[in-house]
Amino acid sequence: MRSLLRNGFEFLERAADTIFGPRLNPIPQLGALGFFLFWIVAVSGIYLFIFFDTGVVDAYNSIESITHRQWFAGGVLRSFHRYASDLMVVVLVVHATREFALDRYRGAYWFSWFTGVPLIWLLYASGITGYWLVWDQLAQYVAIVSSELLDWLPIFGEPIARNFLTPASLNDRFFTLLIFMHIGIPLVLLFVMWVHILRISRPNMNPPRALAVVVLISLVIVSFWKPAQSQGSADLAAIPNDVGLDWFYLPLYPLADLWSHGAVWALLGGFTLMLLAMPWLPPLRRPRPVEVNLAHCNGCGRCVEDCPHEAVRMVPRADGRPFIQQAQVNSAACVSCGICVGSCPSSTPFRRSAELETGIDLPDLPLRELRRQTEAAAAELSGPVRVLTFACAHSAAGVQQKHTVKVPCIATVPPSLIDYVVSRNLADGVVVAGCAERAGYHRLGVAWMQGRLAGERDPRLRARVQRERICSIWASRSEQSRFGAEVKRFTAALGSLGPNKGLSPRTDGGAESAAKAESLHEEVVS
Amino acid sequence: MIAQLRVAGQIAVFIAVFAGVAALSDWPSYHQIPPQSAVVKLSFTHVADRVAACRERTKEELEKLPPNMRNPLECSRRRGAVYVELDIDGRTVYRGSLQPSGLSGDGPARVYERFVVPVGAHGIAVRMRDTGRSEGFDHAKSGEVVLASNQNFVIDFRREANGFVFQ
Ligand code: HEM
Ligand code: SF4
Ligand code: SF4
Repeated sequence: MRSLLRNGFEFLERAADTIFGPRLNPIPQLGALGFFLFWIVAVSGIYLFIFFDTGVVDAYNSIESITHRQWFAGGVLRSFHRYASDLMVVVLVVHATREFALDRYRGAYWFSWFTGVPLIWLLYASGITGYWLVWDQLAQYVAIVSSELLDWLPIFGEPIARNFLTPASLNDRFFTLLIFMHIGIPLVLLFVMWVHILRISRPNMNPPRALAVVVLISLVIVSFWKPAQSQGSADLAAIPNDVGLDWFYLPLYPLADLWSHGAVWALLGGFTLMLLAMPWLPPLRRPRPVEVNLAHCNGCGRCVEDCPHEAVRMVPRADGRPFIQQAQVNSAACVSCGICVGSCPSSTPFRRSAELETGIDLPDLPLRELRRQTEAAAAELSGPVRVLTFACAHSAAGVQQKHTVKVPCIATVPPSLIDYVVSRNLADGVVVAGCAERAGYHRLGVAWMQGRLAGERDPRLRARVQRERICSIWASRSEQSRFGAEVKRFTAALGSLGPNKGLSPRTDGGAESAAKAESLHEEVVS
Repeated sequence: MIAQLRVAGQIAVFIAVFAGVAALSDWPSYHQIPPQSAVVKLSFTHVADRVAACRERTKEELEKLPPNMRNPLECSRRRGAVYVELDIDGRTVYRGSLQPSGLSGDGPARVYERFVVPVGAHGIAVRMRDTGRSEGFDHAKSGEVVLASNQNFVIDFRREANGFVFQ
C-alpha cells in the first residue's frame, strides 16, 4: 500500500513539476504552506475577534454585522479565516500521507510523526470551536452533536448537552468559555507545530514568495466569489435540519447519528493510537547511525552545518587535542543519510593510508568501503567512453546496478571522491545522480551537493576537475526516461571530448592534494 | 506557447483546489432527521432517595470516632436508581433504571434520549419513581402534543416544579 501511495505521489509531484517547475511545486511545500496558512488564520482571526461579542444573541448578531456591514474587511477576512482553515486540513492530510508514503515516519523520524498526531486533534478542536462560536444553525448542530459525544466520556458532572436543551438553558457565560477555547487551542497548536519541527534543521516554514502570493490572491478571489456566510440564527426550540456541513472539519459528525457514541470514540481513539504506534509497527530496520572518529575530527563544524536532522552538535574538546570543539552525534536523531560524511574535510580518498578513516563515518558504509566500491565499479568500466555513476538510492539511478556506486543520499559522496575518479583517470566521466530538485528525500542533500559542485559550499569540488566530465542529474525513480536521455547526451559529449588523461599521481595536484590530506592527517593525529 | 500552457495549468490547479475547498465548506448539506419529522428529547438529571434510611449511632460507636466526626446519625451516601418509562402513542419507547453518578453513588442519575417522530399529534406519557419502592410511580405526566416539522420537544424534570415539564 505504501509503495502504491508513493507512486501516486511521484505521479502527482511530477505533474506539478511540469506545471509549476521544481521550485514552486506546492506538494513538497506542504509543511511550509501549513505554517503560512496558520498565520493567515491567526491574523484574520484577531480582526474578527475585535468585533465579536460573547452572548447568546450577541454572538450571532456581531458576526452578521461583521459580514454585512463591513464586507470589504470583515467579510473578506471572515472568508479568509474559514477557507484558510479548510486548506489547513487539506494540507495536513496530504502532508502526513506523503510522509507516510515516503517512509519518513519510523526510525529517527518518529519524533516528527509522533508530534504530528496531536496536531490533528488540535487543528480539529480549533475548527470545531470556531464553528460553534458563530451560533447559527450549523453552530447549533455542532453544539448538540459535540456535547452529546463529550457527555459519553465520563468526565463531566452535569451533562453539557443539557445546556442546549431549550432556549432557556443556555447562558452567556458559555460563549466566554468558547472564545477562550477558540483562542487557547490554536495557541497550543502553534506551540506543538514548533515542537513538531524541533528536530529538523532549517525546517522549511516559509513557502516561496510567489507561491504565497498566489495563495493570497486565490483567497481573495474565492472570498468574493463565495463569501463565508452564517446559516440562520440558532433556535434551540427546533432541530437544525438541513445544515451545510463543513466537510473538512465535520466529516464524522453524521456518524454520531448512525453509530453509537461509544463507537465514534472507539474509531477516533483507535485511529489515533494506531497513528501514534505506527513508528514502531514494525520499526524500521535502519542502518546504524554515524560515529565520530575523534582522531580525524578537527572540530570544523561542517557536519553540524549540513546535517538535516539536528543530529550532530559541537561540544568542548575532550581528548586533549589542540582544538576547541569536537563533533558529537545524537544517535537517536540520526537517519544515517551520510550527508555529514560528505561534508567532513577529513573525507578524502587521496590518502594512501590503507585504513582510510574520516572524522565522521557510517558504520555500514564507511568511506573506505565507498572508495573500494568506487574502484571496483570503475575497474569494470570498458569501451571508448567510461561513465561511472554515483547514485542516491532514492533517485532514478537507485535501481541501476552496473557501473554504479550507491549511497543513501547523493551528498554522502565527498567532492574529493569525484576528484579522485577524474584525476586518477578511473573513468572518463562521472554522473552524479540525486533526487528530483523539488524534494530531496534527505531534504537538504540535493542543495548541498549542488553547492559543493558549484564551488559555493564547503567542501568544494576543486577547480582543477574538468567540469565537462561531470554531469549531475536530479531525477526521481519514475523519471527513468529523462535520466536515460541525459546520460546518453552526457556520454555523447564525453565522446567528443576525447579520453580522460587524468593527472599523473606524482606530478599533479593529486599528489599535492594527497600530501595536503596527509598533513591534515598529521595535524589531527599530532 | 509552453509558458502560456504552464500558466494555464497553474490557474487550473488553483481554481480546482480553491473552488473545491469553498464548495465542500458548506455543501452537500446534511439532514439529521427525515423531512416532516420532529424530535422528542427525554433529558433530566435527578437525585433519587438514599438507598437506606439513616440510623442512629450507638454510644460506643460514637466514642470510637474522632470528636469532630461524632454525628449521631449514620447515613449512607449512596442513592437509589431512578426508574423511568416513556410512552409515545401508547407504546413504551424507553424504559430505564438510571444509576446514580459519582464514585460513591451519591450523584444525580441522568438520562438523555432522543426519539424521532413524524409531525402531527402524539400522546406522550412519562413516569418515574425515585423512592425505594419497586411498584408504581412517584411522578408522572401525560398529554397530547402536536409537533411541528423539526420541532425539538423536550421532556425535563424540574426540582422546583417537583415534576415533569413539557416544553
Ligand atoms: C498543522 C499541521 C502541520 C504542519 C504545519 C506541519 C509542518 C511541518 C513542517 C514545516 C515540516 C518540515 C518540512 C521540511 O522542512 O522539509 C514537517 C515535517 C514533518 N511532518 Fe509535519 N506538519 C503538520 C502536521 C503533520 C502531521 C499530522 C504529521 C503526521 C502524523 C506530520 C508528519 C511529519 C513528518 C514525519 C515530518 C518529518 C519530515 C522529515 O524529517 O524530513 N506532520 N511538518
Ligand atoms: S548521517 Fe550525519 S547528516 Fe545524516 S542524520 Fe546522521 S548525523 Fe545527520
Ligand atoms: S565535519 Fe568532520 S572534522 Fe568537521 S566537526 Fe564534523 S566530524 Fe569533525
